[in-house]
Amino acid sequence: MEFLTVIQILDSTIRLATPLLLACLAGLYSERAGIFDIGLEGKMLMSAFFSAAVAALTGSVWLGLLAGIASSLALAGLHGLASITFRGNQLISGVAVNFLAAGMTVLVAQDWFQQGGRTPSLFGQGRFESAEFPLAIGPKDSEATGRPVSELMAETNILHQVYSELFSGHSILVYVAFLAVPVTWWVLFRTRFGLRLRAVGENPAAVDTAGVSVVGLRYAAVAICGVLCGIAGAYLATALQAGFVKDMTAGRGFIALAALIFAKWRPWHAMGACLLFGLLQAVALRFQNIDLGGVVIPVQVMDALPYVLTVVILAGFVGKAIPPRAGGEPYVKER
Amino acid sequence: MDKMPKWADVVLIPLISLILAAFLSALVILAIGEDPIAAVKLMVSGALGSTYGWGYTLYYATNFIFTGLAVAVAFHARLFNIGGEGQAMLGGLGVAMACLYIPWPHWTIALLAAAAASMLFGAAWAAIPAYLQAKRGSHIVITTIMFNFIAAAFLNYMLVNVMRPEGSMDPATERFPEAVHLPTLHDLLAPIGISFSKAAPANVSFVVAILACFVVWALIWRTRLGYEIRAYGHSETGALYAGISPVRITIVAMLISGALAGLMAINNVMGEAERLVLNATEGAGFIGIAVALMGRSHPFGVFLAAILFGFLYQGGAELALWTSIPRELIVVIQALVILFTGALDNMVRMPLERIFLSLGRKRRNVGETAPLPDASHSTTQD
Repeated sequence: MEFLTVIQILDSTIRLATPLLLACLAGLYSERAGIFDIGLEGKMLMSAFFSAAVAALTGSVWLGLLAGIASSLALAGLHGLASITFRGNQLISGVAVNFLAAGMTVLVAQDWFQQGGRTPSLFGQGRFESAEFPLAIGPKDSEATGRPVSELMAETNILHQVYSELFSGHSILVYVAFLAVPVTWWVLFRTRFGLRLRAVGENPAAVDTAGVSVVGLRYAAVAICGVLCGIAGAYLATALQAGFVKDMTAGRGFIALAALIFAKWRPWHAMGACLLFGLLQAVALRFQNIDLGGVVIPVQVMDALPYVLTVVILAGFVGKAIPPRAGGEPYVKER
Repeated sequence: MDKMPKWADVVLIPLISLILAAFLSALVILAIGEDPIAAVKLMVSGALGSTYGWGYTLYYATNFIFTGLAVAVAFHARLFNIGGEGQAMLGGLGVAMACLYIPWPHWTIALLAAAAASMLFGAAWAAIPAYLQAKRGSHIVITTIMFNFIAAAFLNYMLVNVMRPEGSMDPATERFPEAVHLPTLHDLLAPIGISFSKAAPANVSFVVAILACFVVWALIWRTRLGYEIRAYGHSETGALYAGISPVRITIVAMLISGALAGLMAINNVMGEAERLVLNATEGAGFIGIAVALMGRSHPFGVFLAAILFGFLYQGGAELALWTSIPRELIVVIQALVILFTGALDNMVRMPLERIFLSLGRKRRNVGETAPLPDASHSTTQD
């Protein structure tokens, strides 16, 4: 395999890992605060639709992003209402959120655009453009010289290739996602809010005794989760692809959930897990069946691998994944 | 805790939740510029107005009875089996293997064998998450979700690389031989003089589904195992003191649940498609969650809820055909039903309880309904 091919696969790994990472960090806040969230998928899907729809209608991707975040926040609020205020079952609420998003997106899309449950394709200001770093090879150089980017890329040296493919040329949301990792770490482990948020996921009674509102903290965590899922969905529909199609999240919310468990609810590890699962997706996209000296690995193995790895981790054969202690438990004050 | 009469718990709360869900669905239909009353009329005439409509309604209902029972049995042990979809997919594989590779002389024997194969495959797919929950404390919800995706990838592999006939581009198996085709309700009812639509897919599996309801009822309320499952579901520590092994109950309940989900395949794979195709389950495994929640985990409730969802499915298809309302409306209704009967249960229950309390009625309440699985139950394992 050529070096440039490897770089290109890694480049596509970063693109594919971004929505996973945003959703994974979203789940991290929620679950660290003791609210299980299997509705990441639904929130992403809802945001993907509303960001693409508003971007298509207004021509502004930023308004689209805001609409996406707002729609995801609405679903997060519903999840919060069910699981915090009404002390309902958080898993069932998550399932409901997923179905609500799957149904509503197509219903509204059909009503607004009559294109069989999709939005019109986005172009120009309706999409997030890729940021080009100084000195990196990109579409502008290709226009200036009149030759395709791949040709220019092949001629330059390795460092320049890495710089141009891996660091430059992503949409701004990619940088936001990767910046969110240290920020999350700092918020959770270096601020008072983070300490309380983690405490509320481990021992809400202690937090309550200290005079801090359990309900408030949990709603805050769920809201952060909604915002991050919103960004993830907007990235899918307005940066990774140009528009919304039915069920476009395609299980990414569940892969993010898998990554969260794989990372044992830690921010930096979450980034590692998401990059790993992104790599699997990138490889599966690029090669159909992989021939390893006579043994052919079918593409379906790549599809299933994130889930298999998560089950193995959950089984505790390779280091045990222990969720926050109060996860899934509604907090009842007078108990 | 509960001071409500039983009928309120079993009938009133699901009914109010259903009305809330229906009301919101009507608002959704209004919002997309259609007439909800006309929509309901169209759904009723499309799904219940002809034997053709009934044939489809009952066909869908058959699927949902099996998956609903699967979720319900797990609920009784306070386990949330979200993996009905994957288990039903594997059940389909079992049916396909039984029907394709063994030359059966008659459909009756083939049905028995296919049912056994589907239950075996479905149970096997539930066995690993069950074992991991019981022995290693891995959260059953997460593992069964993961197993749904693994099942999809596995089935994709089997259909594309192994079971696809040569020269065919379609990722599906061959058609099953003529001898294993199941009789439809038309074939069953014609000899006794009732004419039923020939084109509708409802078949003898519907009878099997009704039988399954009785078997599950007897199992849960009339056997020692069922008592143990319910006891474990109500209180793990209590069950432990009574000498009931949590490991055994978790695994057995999940095996039964997986087998029931797998059994769905005799309807959709053997009865309708008569071959195994990709995505044969069409989300029926997930609808089982809504059905079990609405049916309060009781087989009779599951039966009624499954008929309701069968009606919604067929009615929704008719809506999509004649109006601009897409089929996804059903997914929204399904979400609302899950939301109100499952997650927002307390929103309806708390005010109702207050009303009943203030009325001063103090009837004894023997809760026969299964407790909802609470997420913490399976994770407290330090």
